[in-house]
Amino acid sequence: MSARRRPALIHAVILSSFCTGFGLLLALTHQITAADIRLRAAEDLQNSLTQVIPPGLHDKNPAANIVTIPISEASRQVTVFRATKAGKVTAVAFELRGSGYGGEIRLMLGLDAEGRILGVRTLQHKETPGLGDKIDLIKSDWITRFTGLSLNSPPPDKWKVKKDGGQFDQFSGATITPRGVIGAIRGGLEFFKVHKARLMEAN
Amino acid sequence: MASDYKRIMQDGLWNNNGVFAMMLGMCPTMAMTTSATNGLGMGLATAVVMTASSLLVASFRGWISQEVRIPVFILIVAAMVTLVDLAMNAWMHELYKVLGLFIALIVANCLPLARLEAFAAKEPIFPSLVDGLFMGIGFALALTIIGAVREIVGSGTLFADASLLLGPGFKFMEMRILPPDTGILIAILPPGGFLATGLLLAGKRLLDIRAGKAIVMTGAHSVG
Repeated sequence: MSARRRPALIHAVILSSFCTGFGLLLALTHQITAADIRLRAAEDLQNSLTQVIPPGLHDKNPAANIVTIPISEASRQVTVFRATKAGKVTAVAFELRGSGYGGEIRLMLGLDAEGRILGVRTLQHKETPGLGDKIDLIKSDWITRFTGLSLNSPPPDKWKVKKDGGQFDQFSGATITPRGVIGAIRGGLEFFKVHKARLMEAN
Repeated sequence: MASDYKRIMQDGLWNNNGVFAMMLGMCPTMAMTTSATNGLGMGLATAVVMTASSLLVASFRGWISQEVRIPVFILIVAAMVTLVDLAMNAWMHELYKVLGLFIALIVANCLPLARLEAFAAKEPIFPSLVDGLFMGIGFALALTIIGAVREIVGSGTLFADASLLLGPGFKFMEMRILPPDTGILIAILPPGGFLATGLLLAGKRLLDIRAGKAIVMTGAHSVG
């Protein structure tokens, strides 16, 4: 009886020792790297914020001034970073999610107190390299064309790619990607309009 | 002894190449070869994981019993991938932003597992290390070549953005082969992956037949 069961037990011991050993190794690696990874994530956030909010607009770090606004239909929250100067909110930045050809596109949108675009940057995307990835500033300056625009300039029905009757150029070979980006930016502008009062409250 | 190592190296690079002879790891091969730079990045990350896991499996081969070897191999590959992922995120963050997407995909690659099963589980530490390294380099070469073909035909460039992956010193590698907007789009879309891989595979077979080599598709040989 015990002779028949013993081999199975040995294999279980071997497998669980390997699991325990490598589990410990990974836990240790996580311990060592966790602080650095948090620091890198904070640096990334800081970098994307400085790109969409010019430093002249604030005297306090916008990464530290946060308001969260729940969006009921998506059951998630939008974290809004606010730039303040002399106690007044001068600019806000928040993350947008658009849907592209290869999945979700994450963008950072910066707006001034009137809702004009200070800057948009692509944070993360999975678009086709060489085609849809022109939304990334490293590859092309396409994304900078939105700076200075707002919900009424161009009018709301022109916030589309040319193919859909709007005023923005798609890039050759890709329509779905710019369509996703422009839709997300427009959504962000509408979000600002709806929640403007709450976002501009100084605290 | 020396000729055995030479054979391990030749097998990894050409005769028994992971992509062009064994046809393993097709998922990352198709997904990551839209440009030569992407192929190279994926290949290098895979080579690191393969070398480390071959070394580990060969070191522990006396303790891993036949019945549980596959879960242990997968555990070791997954642990190495996670370790590389965490370490790069913390200390090589710029490179991680470019390669991060590729790294998690290595777990889904059957080539490392196949080499552990066919080679490292049976052979001593040093030959296993050489096998893992050269199979990895062979994989990286294959992905870079497929990526180069797809990129030239599809985008008209070669090694575009290589400086983002390898550092600013590699700016010279970035070339434009064809005038802008003349690329044939299908080459960088999924069907282009199958077309390019199939044509290159046929090309390798032709070279092998010309050289009078028998076409060997599988199997690892022993050392010593």
